[in-house]
Amino acid sequence: MPRLSPPAVLFALIGLAGLALPLVQFKANRIVAGEGVGLADLPHGPWVLPALGAILVLACPARSPAAARLASAVAGLVAATLMLGTAASHLPPPGNSLARVAPASGFWLLALAFGLMLADAVNRLRPSLALRWVMLAGAVALTAGILVSGVLDGVSVMREYATRRDLFLREGQAHLALAFGSLGLALLAGIPLGIVIFQARRWRGPVLGALNILQTIPSLALFGIMIPVLGWVAATIPGAAQAGVSGIGTFPALVALFLYSLLPVVSNTLSGLSGVPAPTQEAAVGLGMTRAQVMAQVLVPLALPVLLAAVRIVLVQNIGLAVIAGLIGGGGFGTFVFQGLNQTAMDLVLLGALPTIALALVAGIALDLLVQGTRRGAA
Amino acid sequence: MTRRILPALAGLALLAFLIAPGSFAPLFQPFTRNNAPAIYTQTSLLSLTLSHLAIVAVAVAASTIAGLVLAILVTRGAGREFLPLARTVTAVGQTFPPVAVLALAVPVLGFGTGPTLVALFLYGLLPVFENALAGLSGQPAPVAEAARAMGLTPRQRLWQIDLPLALPLLLAGMRLTAVISLGTATIGSTVAARTLGEVIIAGLLSSNTAFVLQGGMVVGILAVLIHHAFQAAEIRARRRIGLD
Repeated sequence: MPRLSPPAVLFALIGLAGLALPLVQFKANRIVAGEGVGLADLPHGPWVLPALGAILVLACPARSPAAARLASAVAGLVAATLMLGTAASHLPPPGNSLARVAPASGFWLLALAFGLMLADAVNRLRPSLALRWVMLAGAVALTAGILVSGVLDGVSVMREYATRRDLFLREGQAHLALAFGSLGLALLAGIPLGIVIFQARRWRGPVLGALNILQTIPSLALFGIMIPVLGWVAATIPGAAQAGVSGIGTFPALVALFLYSLLPVVSNTLSGLSGVPAPTQEAAVGLGMTRAQVMAQVLVPLALPVLLAAVRIVLVQNIGLAVIAGLIGGGGFGTFVFQGLNQTAMDLVLLGALPTIALALVAGIALDLLVQGTRRGAA
Repeated sequence: MTRRILPALAGLALLAFLIAPGSFAPLFQPFTRNNAPAIYTQTSLLSLTLSHLAIVAVAVAASTIAGLVLAILVTRGAGREFLPLARTVTAVGQTFPPVAVLALAVPVLGFGTGPTLVALFLYGLLPVFENALAGLSGQPAPVAEAARAMGLTPRQRLWQIDLPLALPLLLAGMRLTAVISLGTATIGSTVAARTLGEVIIAGLLSSNTAFVLQGGMVVGILAVLIHHAFQAAEIRARRRIGLD
């Protein structure tokens, strides 16, 4: 008996449980509860099921190479997704446009098992930074390819998408505008503020304290408070309304996200600047650099990795928090999440939640790679 | 001195507000329009606050126990093989938006407190696990050697050396989890959990800023107080192991 890799055994157990449970749910319409359909009852199921089982079991021995596991994990993910599409195009009787096929526990467990296997394999391969970028791009391209190819068009989430394609694109743009717009504003205001409190030591306590308290206000309340506050500003201060200030729509959400983003940006700017060794600064002054030159040519470049780490925190956090904008009419993918919760239409919730999760994941991984890149450059 | 007085004053004000919210009506009146009520009265604010705190406490306790046990498992014996994977999963898990987790838990658990508890538990697991892991694996080599030289069994070493040394970092993880959970629990009201989010959402639906302010301020003050309490506990734990 060969030595087994404990993580691989765990993935195999999760995956085999997923194979035993129903892969999809077949529902008469989008709201009623459905019945589960297993992988074995689908076309091609009788051979895909043992094949997936074999992939899971074969990865268990400790000496199975990481590259082979990576390939198996990708194959498993693609196979599970294709079977989901097959189920969606075969189960509903022809001509029935009300019936829905949604992914069920079996599909999610398979996705979890192969996703974990993928993460484990990537860890073991220790790919170079360049290769990690290629892998990320490959994963994004593969997902986009599957979505565009139309094999999943029958799945309930994609049906929800098909009926509101224009709205989805608009809300997607609004979501990105909220997340990136608030990040941009936070960088514009936060970096100078961080530089100011780096030089004026006695302002550090009050500024960071105020930003900390801002952070404790629950997001739901901050979004809500912004509506009347900005409405008042737009109505009373001349020129504010012309400048785009408004108490309704996207603007309150943008300001709320901006306020949440300030603390990470300001505190990381400060700690990045404080982390530059004193001899480095003295050497720069000794070279005859002015204060502004020291800041622009020495301090800021050396503080860049810490600053980028703040960008990562803020971007991932704002992509998630922007969902709440959907509750106050600020747009974004949250619109679908809360609409779906109100109508107990889970397919609609998924239509909002899945792209949000995907965006946050890609942004998180890409910025991690960027941070690693600049660390290497600065070191 | 002000570091102690300010939280105490905030706590007293909060208590007074929760026991007799009606007497604070003049303060909130300016934020209402068209003679709308200034104080939320559909449900008692005190009972909502207690229910909110109970949900957060259960979730934080559960994620602390689970996170600590997982961190202990992956730092010794056969569990070590899971360590790199556990780190990756933690990093990836933290990018999942809490609102999305909450919404996705609804089909499995139905509406009510259940999905909120699960979302808070899962989301809280990560900071606790990460910090417990750092605390358990970041000890200087001489400490481990001294423990071995004293003849401590692995179990004695865990209880007498590793866990006390990891306590300050664990408390920091619990603090993060508790403060995040307090805010996130308000969103639980969108799936019918009994939390202070109910007051905020009632304010949003009826455009009554007074309600939004009330709900937000109670949660904010609770968060500041809990933050302070954990910080005090962290300082004591650090003193006990001789760090400060």
